[in-house]
Amino acid sequence: MTAIPKAVVDGAVVARRNVIKIKRVPDVLVFSTISPIMFILLFGYVFGSAIHPEGISYREYLMPGIFVQTVVFGATFTGAGMADDIQKGIIDRFRSLPMSRSAVLVGRTASDVLTNVVTIVVMSLTGLLVGWRIHTSAFEALGGYLVMLLFAYAISWVMAVIGLIVPTPEVVNNAAFIVIFPVTFVANTFVPTDNFPPVLKAFSNWNPVSSVTQAAREAFGNTSDKLPPPDTWPLNHPVLYSVLWSVGLVVVFLPLSVRLYKRAASR
Amino acid sequence: MVDVIKASGLVKTYGSVRALDGLDLAVAEGTVSAVLGPNGAGKTTAVRILTTLLDADDGTAEVAGFDVRRQPGEVRAHIGVSGQYAAVDEYLSGYENLHMVARLYGLSRNSSKARASELLEQFSLTDAADRPVKTYSGGMRRRLDLAGALVATPPVLFLDEPTTGLDPRSRTDMWEVITALVSAGTTLMLTTQYLEEADKLAHDIVVIDHGKAIARGTADELKAQVGGERIEVVVGSSADLETARQTLGAVAIGEITVDAHTRRLNAPVRGGASALIGALRDLDAAEVAVLDVGLRRPTLDDVFLMLTGHGAEEPSEQASSTQEEAGAR
Repeated sequence: MTAIPKAVVDGAVVARRNVIKIKRVPDVLVFSTISPIMFILLFGYVFGSAIHPEGISYREYLMPGIFVQTVVFGATFTGAGMADDIQKGIIDRFRSLPMSRSAVLVGRTASDVLTNVVTIVVMSLTGLLVGWRIHTSAFEALGGYLVMLLFAYAISWVMAVIGLIVPTPEVVNNAAFIVIFPVTFVANTFVPTDNFPPVLKAFSNWNPVSSVTQAAREAFGNTSDKLPPPDTWPLNHPVLYSVLWSVGLVVVFLPLSVRLYKRAASR
Repeated sequence: MVDVIKASGLVKTYGSVRALDGLDLAVAEGTVSAVLGPNGAGKTTAVRILTTLLDADDGTAEVAGFDVRRQPGEVRAHIGVSGQYAAVDEYLSGYENLHMVARLYGLSRNSSKARASELLEQFSLTDAADRPVKTYSGGMRRRLDLAGALVATPPVLFLDEPTTGLDPRSRTDMWEVITALVSAGTTLMLTTQYLEEADKLAHDIVVIDHGKAIARGTADELKAQVGGERIEVVVGSSADLETARQTLGAVAIGEITVDAHTRRLNAPVRGGASALIGALRDLDAAEVAVLDVGLRRPTLDDVFLMLTGHGAEEPSEQASSTQEEAGAR
């Protein structure tokens, strides 16, 4: 068997184990679906009472942003999962088996995509309840979902690297929080960026979170002619820019995480 | 006989601590070899290197004819490992754990199912097969972990402290399981800090301390190194010590040691029980009041004390720091 199919076959076995684990300990999934519902309601009605983007209801404007924030946060579970495996010692079993060296990572990132899909479904239903609608075709909407999931998948590989470096799952969560909060907030996710200070505005314009959000807004038709995105290359080509970032992150962090995995010792 | 496990000059350092300091090992096909040493002697490090979990800083090692550094994949396909800390997934059931391991060894779906059930049966875990491992006792976890190591019926097996932390009952159960395994011809290397365990399970024993082999041989050979049987006598009064020493001189085959403080005499003898009976008869005739008497055969504890100057159970000074912490959770 060649390397890649073996990684996929073994990865599927590991992913299946992760899914069983989610079923046994549903807290993680429940938390990761409840908190975005909370965000939708909180932001939608608290911020929504003060923010009135031109030509579109705030909750319609907000939904793609919350989608992106949530799937990016969902990706942090990859890191926590890796750190947990290492801490619990099961990693020694995996590493002593004649299995693909990337299978544990492939399986982990894959099962985390699955978690994100479940989260997205729950969020979409919540969104529909608060007045969010898809104004385009199902095909375009699917494209929007895929761009978000691809980006989250790429972030998963970044988180895998973090999970392999830091000592405990708790540290992953804290480390991820410190990075991910600013990255998902200094963007067009929750409010239009026109009034950002210049530095934040520049960051936001080139922030891939902004382009993924913009891509999703366009795919769902949650845009307004009166509210054009900033006229920068990433936001004028949001899908391309998002995909480039996603591919770039995977190209860098996948080999890096496999290398770290090979050396990872149980702690 | 062919050596299935071969290591020469293994060195591994953690900072300033030399966990392994030029360790040589050889285990012949179909035999059981015990690596005996106190905490921190380098046992776990040696196993981790031989099972490809860790790279040595220096030295070479071959397992089942494959170089652990250059052909780790081949090595992994021929070994089973069960560590000091059960490498099982707590949230999966016993069956799911074994099924997963079987699939990852490359067994088909159906073979994996059959193998998982078979092993659960063999390790008396059938009743607990569908319960999450979280609910298992320590002994059950160890058995499940060992079952995981046996999924692919590997020709070479490594057990790192298989009974550490188990209660006496579970330890005896584990010994039975291991004895049954090796009678089927599996080559086994096990590490232990229990002298009794090495004596009971292994053909060959390598005693290691500070990352180096300090003695090797069969249990009997090692015992012979500290000398044979001894008669130990405690007399009732200090005044009798000299009489007792002279009396014992008739049966002793070497120097008699006398501890005046505890009124204890120690005489090397030959002939076991008959030497003891003779000595008692003589002591009685000499009217020496005997408080306690016994025939002592040397234990591996004596071996360890003689070789290292410290007992096996008390950690050597390198012990506590890096190496064991690397394994501790």
